[in-house]
Amino acid sequence: MTRRSLLAIYALLITVPLLVVLFGSFKTTPDLFASPFGPPLRPTLDNYREILGDAGLLRVFGNSVLVVVVSVPATLALASLVGYAVARLPRRPSRILFGVFAAGLAVPAQAMMIPQYVQFDRLGLRDSLLGLMLINVVVTLPVAVFILSGFMRTLPRELFEAAALDGAGPWGAYRRIAIPLSLPSLAATAIFLLVMHWNDLLYPLLFIDSPAKRTLPLALLDFSGEYLTDYPLLFTGVVVASVPMVALYAFLQRWFVAGMTAGAIKG
Amino acid sequence: MRRHWGLYLFPIPALALYLAFFVLPAAQGLQYAITDWDGFSPGFDWVGAGNFTRIVSADDQFANALGNNLTFLLAVVSGQTVLALGLAVLLAARSRGSTALRALFFLPTVLSSISVAFVWRFVYDPNLGLLHSVGVPGTFLGDEDTAILWVAVAQIWFHAGQMMVLFIAGLHQIPAELYEAAHVDGAGRWQRFRFVTWPLLAPATALVVAYTTIQSFKAFDLILGLAGNPPRSSLDILSTRIYTTFTNSRLGYAAAESIVFMLAIGVVTWLQNRAARIGAGR
Repeated sequence: MTRRSLLAIYALLITVPLLVVLFGSFKTTPDLFASPFGPPLRPTLDNYREILGDAGLLRVFGNSVLVVVVSVPATLALASLVGYAVARLPRRPSRILFGVFAAGLAVPAQAMMIPQYVQFDRLGLRDSLLGLMLINVVVTLPVAVFILSGFMRTLPRELFEAAALDGAGPWGAYRRIAIPLSLPSLAATAIFLLVMHWNDLLYPLLFIDSPAKRTLPLALLDFSGEYLTDYPLLFTGVVVASVPMVALYAFLQRWFVAGMTAGAIKG
Repeated sequence: MRRHWGLYLFPIPALALYLAFFVLPAAQGLQYAITDWDGFSPGFDWVGAGNFTRIVSADDQFANALGNNLTFLLAVVSGQTVLALGLAVLLAARSRGSTALRALFFLPTVLSSISVAFVWRFVYDPNLGLLHSVGVPGTFLGDEDTAILWVAVAQIWFHAGQMMVLFIAGLHQIPAELYEAAHVDGAGRWQRFRFVTWPLLAPATALVVAYTTIQSFKAFDLILGLAGNPPRSSLDILSTRIYTTFTNSRLGYAAAESIVFMLAIGVVTWLQNRAARIGAGR
């Protein structure tokens, strides 16, 4: 087979299921049964009305936005401070600091979730969006520290030395040198965290009980139980949950790829 | 250079959170694992290594989940690595078309696993699904023996594009002169792949295999989305098993299971590193 046809086949394998879902979200159930794959002949917005209105997905959407808007910048701020210290401290303390966080990379969420559940429950931080933000920050700190200190270590030491000669303290050099110069890696890390936090199911599943505090992935999982195989509604949920990421991806492709692969190097 | 003691203040906020909510619970997890605590009663008994001996020797459900997990792992690692490498080789040359296709192939990675699960639930639906409609016979997820492999296909669809990008980065690091030299020596297309690309891609391959392994151990959302909660035994893997044990109020036992889970990931990753090193002739 030629290169062209192999690529065309794979392109179809990616696009067809996604288009079926998009089309399906504009169909009624009988229409979906009649023609599962084609474009909607009589497009309807009923599914969107039901999902955003009755099913309360609008509120859930807001929760998801709130969670990422707080936890992504918070993780970035904390991790960049660590990365800066790793880059500038003398060799030994720098290694220890880096090692402490890097060790966290080896621990999968499933190994931590049980004691964290108990701990958050005792502290009254369960079933709260604040608790969810906090746990997001904690579990992604190791990977964010890993990416950012990797980058900040590549900044030339002379820059910091020159800044010190000019009278800048560590904080001044962090603000005026480290942060501006590491903007590209901060952006890539931000995207990585955004995708992770937006799509996470495990922690909301464990930590959130009230329907009003659910995030999108959790609400989708609940839908699948409630509506079972009401595909048009499920598809609409998928579209609502995916559109923000896909739209951002369309505009910020380069950063998505940079972020998701930087994360892959140690995820 | 003058010492800046102030630098030691910078990591403190992150360290405080990390110690309180990561390191401390990790230590507590070890403690719960040697109890029979249900998670809410005030009292519990210390059972020592009891949970662990039971997991290793007398827990059919755990053994089943481990078996499924290994099948899933092998299928995803082999399928995804080959597919991602193939796509990378086809798309490594920069052109307008290849950039667009790379973007398209990467796209599923930005979706949530639960969304991907719903897409594939429809693909596999035995009555009106995509596969059924194009005439592929079978019940897919309903087939006890092969269900986990169908989940593996969904997982590969989900992440192959991400691994493709890692391979492309690896390909771009291979100096063009090597290909020219091989060409001058009369090497054909396959020989160039076999003797230039493949050995020089070893670091990228090791990375992809290691990351795919971790991802497939973590494939929790995809299973719940495809199979429901709790998943039936043909689809149960370690991550879902731990979650089910935990929700059945066997917290101590679930904590022990998660430690075994972590060790399993450690062992598999270690074996892979060994294999990669032997493969690289070191």
